[in-house]
Amino acid sequence: MSSKLAKIEKRTAYLLILPSVLLVFSIILFPIFSNIWISFKNVELKDLRIPEPRAKKLVKSIKDNSNQIKIIYKLRNSSLTQEITNVKFKDKYPNNIEPRNLDKRCKFKSKLLQCEFGNWPKKYRENLEIIFQNTNNQEISKKVLKSYKPKLSGKSQNILLTYEFTLNNFKKVIKDKAFIDLLSTTFYYTFFGTIGAIIFGILAAQMVNQKFFGRTFVRSVLLFPYVAPVVALAYTWELLLDPTSGTLNNLLINYQIIDGPINLLGQKYVTLNILGFDFKLRLALTTVIIFEIWRYFPLAFLFILARLQAVPKELYEAADVDGANPLQKFLNITLPQILAVISILFMIRFIWNFNKFEDIFLLTGGASGTRTLPINVYQQGFSIGDIGMGSAVSIVIVVFLLIFMFIYFKLLGKRADEN
Amino acid sequence: MKIKNIFTYCFISSLFLFSLVCIWKILVTLQGIELTNFNFNKLFIFGITLCAINLLIGKKLNLNIKITILALLFSIFDYFISINLPIWYSFGIFLISLFFFNNIKDYDKNFLSKNHSSQKLFFNFLTLFGITLFSFVILFPFYMMLVTSFKTQALLLLNPLDFSINFAQGLPELFKSYFIVFKDYNFGRYMLTSTIVSLGTVIITLIFAIPAAYAVARLNFFGKNFLSTSILIIYLFPAIVLVIPLYTIFSQLGLRNSIEGLLIVYTATTLPVAIYMLQGYFKSIPKELEEAGIIDGQNWLGIIFKIILPLSLPAISSVALYVFMIAWNEFLFSLMFLDRPNTFTLSRAIQFLNVGAETPRQYLMAGSVVVTLPILIIFVYFEKYLVSGLTAGSVKG
Repeated sequence: MSSKLAKIEKRTAYLLILPSVLLVFSIILFPIFSNIWISFKNVELKDLRIPEPRAKKLVKSIKDNSNQIKIIYKLRNSSLTQEITNVKFKDKYPNNIEPRNLDKRCKFKSKLLQCEFGNWPKKYRENLEIIFQNTNNQEISKKVLKSYKPKLSGKSQNILLTYEFTLNNFKKVIKDKAFIDLLSTTFYYTFFGTIGAIIFGILAAQMVNQKFFGRTFVRSVLLFPYVAPVVALAYTWELLLDPTSGTLNNLLINYQIIDGPINLLGQKYVTLNILGFDFKLRLALTTVIIFEIWRYFPLAFLFILARLQAVPKELYEAADVDGANPLQKFLNITLPQILAVISILFMIRFIWNFNKFEDIFLLTGGASGTRTLPINVYQQGFSIGDIGMGSAVSIVIVVFLLIFMFIYFKLLGKRADEN
Repeated sequence: MKIKNIFTYCFISSLFLFSLVCIWKILVTLQGIELTNFNFNKLFIFGITLCAINLLIGKKLNLNIKITILALLFSIFDYFISINLPIWYSFGIFLISLFFFNNIKDYDKNFLSKNHSSQKLFFNFLTLFGITLFSFVILFPFYMMLVTSFKTQALLLLNPLDFSINFAQGLPELFKSYFIVFKDYNFGRYMLTSTIVSLGTVIITLIFAIPAAYAVARLNFFGKNFLSTSILIIYLFPAIVLVIPLYTIFSQLGLRNSIEGLLIVYTATTLPVAIYMLQGYFKSIPKELEEAGIIDGQNWLGIIFKIILPLSLPAISSVALYVFMIAWNEFLFSLMFLDRPNTFTLSRAIQFLNVGAETPRQYLMAGSVVVTLPILIIFVYFEKYLVSGLTAGSVKG
């Protein structure tokens, strides 16, 4: 009896999870695997259109002869790069007409015109003309003729399904002189974005953890950048930082802090003179990182605040009895308590910042030294139009991602052991 | 009571009040008001005096009355030393001092005699200052978005540092950019598309996720552990590595430029986190309730609908709100999949506005307000649910 119940339970469980598993498999897992497939292929954006045989039907009356009508089919291969084999053609006619001159490839039988055109090479074009005669002296209606649409079919090779592979994409990715620069930019962006967000998250959480008037309101406000749509925020920032009419530059010039406008999003380097040494700061990248920190510190804030509120009050009371000052309390009680959250947060944010695409894309489009790996996927795949290259860069991202995830889950497991 | 503590208290408090007032004055100068004499020294000394008075009164007076009187005193003093200023300027000073005295109302002689009181004081004011600064840095871009959308091109070029909204020009003139955005740029249609896509994603995700989460939480089957760990791993894969294969597959299937295609992708990408969040909640529901249901002769479907669903409404609403937010804000897939303006979502439409020929910025900002406002309203209204959704779903973002 119980084994029967278990069987029913199993069957129900599979039934309940099946739709989700199928959907996730086809939209997330299958694409990840097909990325590997595509990355070994020489595919471009223009190859993605499946070649189709096409026909445009023109109906023309013949002068001084209302009993006859001329029909022209403009035939063509839609692809500029691929051949279509075994093209077949079909069209219907009203029952009162018959063809006069028929192409050898075609047959007319019981109101149906059928043709077999064989193979069409790439860029193929042909005009097929047929003259029809009416059989019962009634006028041929152009409207009826036009209402029938020809149907064509043909076979073509789908470039994605062939078994031709190449290593060129990966060779190009790794041999590219900019690859090291690309990696360093990505890591620079990821690392400083993550660290900055966590530091500001700690600061904000520490502040909001105290009681003051309007605390719940401030807590909501601090989460605004995280919940608002990135498009709107990025464009607002672009407007604030604009060199000519932006608020920030005008403010700084107004108070004579800077002499002329600085293009914060369009200038690659700025030379800073600190203590007599010249530092080259990557300006646009720094601006993008600041935007990133501004947008994602709320998340760190939320996490750390939740952890802070769970710290037992007795610890602080005991510290008060011992006569500890606020700084000592933070360093010796608060920090050890939130360290575990911070490490998890660091890993999660690191993984996500590593893959961040929208923010940089909307602010700079990857120009002036802000090209990271995800931006490169887009540029290779869609700006240059080399889908294979884009896939290869995606694979590089996935490899890094797997390494990070391995570390992350080890950390998570270690933390679970501790608890 | 230590004399040193009183001094530090008065000094730090007054400094804080002073910096708040200074920020206000600087903002005011940007609006074209001439403040030739800031009267820093007088204000500072008066601030110290008021702080000392506050300390002396302590809790002898009703606290609300105390702060109102002190704030009034301060604003009147400021009004007399700076002549010929509009009333809204003084009102701002009043609000600032009200905020300030509200924060120091609890301090009295007893507090100052405690250990580390000056350090505590310092940190309290640092916190206050930090909160003011953080709120300002966060809110300023949002405010500028709003202000810019209410301006005209000429005004924007004339003075980029004008942060005021001119209500005197009348509502039709004020909301002109919004009218244009909705009428000429078709934003009504995009808004409808965005709403349909977001709500559709929520509904389909819940239909898929609730049974799956229930199975993972409650039923025993082969591969259960594998499934529940792989949910998290799958969730960590970013959209950017899916974009190229999905683009190729969708172009060949003709699913690009269709709302259906977008719905499928959004549902699939939010499904793992929805299952993850829901199964955690389902596990917390006592098993006995379900067993009672089984005894009553309910089948699995009956148990899910009659017992689990009503009990887990809070969790379901937070999942729904979180998924809605993701779908509404999503940009990458809508950029990749939608080329034709008749299928645009709001995010894609704004990007299209920016890329397209020199769109005036007030229209761009009006569009931004249109896409931001609904999500912020939902967030403020349902904050409790959305925050728990954000925390659970924070692995992604």
